[in-house]
Amino acid sequence: MHTIWVITKRELQSFFDSLIAYIMLVLFLGFSGFFTWLYGSDIFLVGQASLEGFFGIAFWTLFFFIPALTMRLLAEEKKTGTIEMLLTKAVTDRQVVIGKFLSTFLLISVALAFTIPYAVTIYNIGNLDVGQVICGYVGLLLMSGAYISIGLYASSVTNNQIVAFLTALFIGLFFHLIFDVLSGNFTGLVGQVLSTLSLSNHFESISRGVMDTRDLIYFFSIILLGLFLSELSLTKRNLD
Amino acid sequence: MDIRIENLSKRYGSQKAVDQLSFEVKTGEILGFLGPNGAGKSTTMKMITGYIGIGGGEVRIGDKSVQEYSDDLKKHIGYLPENNPLYLDMPVIDYLGFCAALQGVAKEKIEERIRLMVRMCGLNAEKHKKIGELSKGFRQRVGLAQAMIHDPEILILDEPTTGLDPNQIVEIRKLIRELGKEKTVILSTHILPEVEATCDRILIINKGKIVANGTAESLRKQATGQEILKLRIEDGTADQILHELRRIKSVDLVEVMDRSMNRFELQSRTGASSKREVFKLCVDKGWVLTELIPIETRLEDIFRNLTTN
Repeated sequence: MHTIWVITKRELQSFFDSLIAYIMLVLFLGFSGFFTWLYGSDIFLVGQASLEGFFGIAFWTLFFFIPALTMRLLAEEKKTGTIEMLLTKAVTDRQVVIGKFLSTFLLISVALAFTIPYAVTIYNIGNLDVGQVICGYVGLLLMSGAYISIGLYASSVTNNQIVAFLTALFIGLFFHLIFDVLSGNFTGLVGQVLSTLSLSNHFESISRGVMDTRDLIYFFSIILLGLFLSELSLTKRNLD
Repeated sequence: MDIRIENLSKRYGSQKAVDQLSFEVKTGEILGFLGPNGAGKSTTMKMITGYIGIGGGEVRIGDKSVQEYSDDLKKHIGYLPENNPLYLDMPVIDYLGFCAALQGVAKEKIEERIRLMVRMCGLNAEKHKKIGELSKGFRQRVGLAQAMIHDPEILILDEPTTGLDPNQIVEIRKLIRELGKEKTVILSTHILPEVEATCDRILIINKGKIVANGTAESLRKQATGQEILKLRIEDGTADQILHELRRIKSVDLVEVMDRSMNRFELQSRTGASSKREVFKLCVDKGWVLTELIPIETRLEDIFRNLTTN
């Protein structure tokens, strides 16, 4: 556990040292703030004390930002060769993967924590459903976990960061949009499977304020599968 | 901790990178690992450190097999990879702290170890700089420092002195010699004088196979068949001297190197020495022998002989 934390800390440090973290925080808060309070179907236009607008925006901004954060995690180390230095230390492949996952997850959590004042503000001006807001945040965190896991996997299969970014977006797009759209075009079992695979369906159901175990299992499956595949592609160096 | 390697093999596709390699390194021994580019040096080192899987055969460190106990054994190994990859965005001190923490150095000891490494590797003036701002030589020192930070019993150094200036090379060699007294060290290099200066034993590999194994001296003995002498003899004409030298029984071949200076190169018959005869000849003829230099076979020649077909 200590080893994982050492890796997580270094990655977080690197996010902040390279300004990626600041840029990401500013952009994320800027985008979500702008569309929550000022533009489009913002809170004043809708006239309801609800954070649903914000969750809808964050749902999309995180989808784009997370691959930009995860793309360098392993691809860069593979390109510069530092992965060899890292993996010959007293760490396992799994600890490296989990450590890197946690670093990005913590960064996203910090970004989301900065939006808590939105909730506090609305709570003070209207009748906010606190349970639903908490569920919304949990949904965003779970979704972020899933995309970080996918991004980490994309970063583990290449040593080119751009390829890692695009691969992560490509895989993510299926979960984010394509499965949902396709499920509307199919009936019967195929439609049902596609609808189950769609991340947006599960996110919607959580952010509506219903915490269903099926949704939790869905998100944790994606996270674990992504971590497992990342570890596998690191370990693959032993097999050829 | 001893390292024992038995029939170690590794294939990349159809190419055998390492082919049935067997050797042993004992505690307190520095093994110089030589070979032309692509001979399989780095691949062997990567297998010993557990970075890549073992293709065939076995690597045993202490009494444990690397294949089974890779994760336990990593703590005892300090490794400087080829090209010395480092996190360029980290300050030297933070980086050493990170490595120490990963290698399981106790928290209260980390600072002390960092201080020691900074002093040993001469990084004091650069310790707060980011690694990316350092010159190649200083990066190499950081690489060495990170390999030794947890005081490992085994040091695997892949070309430790590349990019260092002559002063630094001398320092680092001294450091490695010092460390080698109580640790097991394997180092690879292309610089042949370096092997002689630092290593107790030399292992030359070519195309994944061992072609020579022994001390520098024993390799020389194997390689030198015939004694070669450089001579300069004054007070005689070149032709006269040449004629007389050729009459000596133990002499196989004489060549004039420089006629005006009376310089000759003389090769004795296998197993024989002609130094005494040459001296006697000069005394008898009243010539003055101003130069007599025995030529040692250079390690370079041995290396070239063994690794070119």
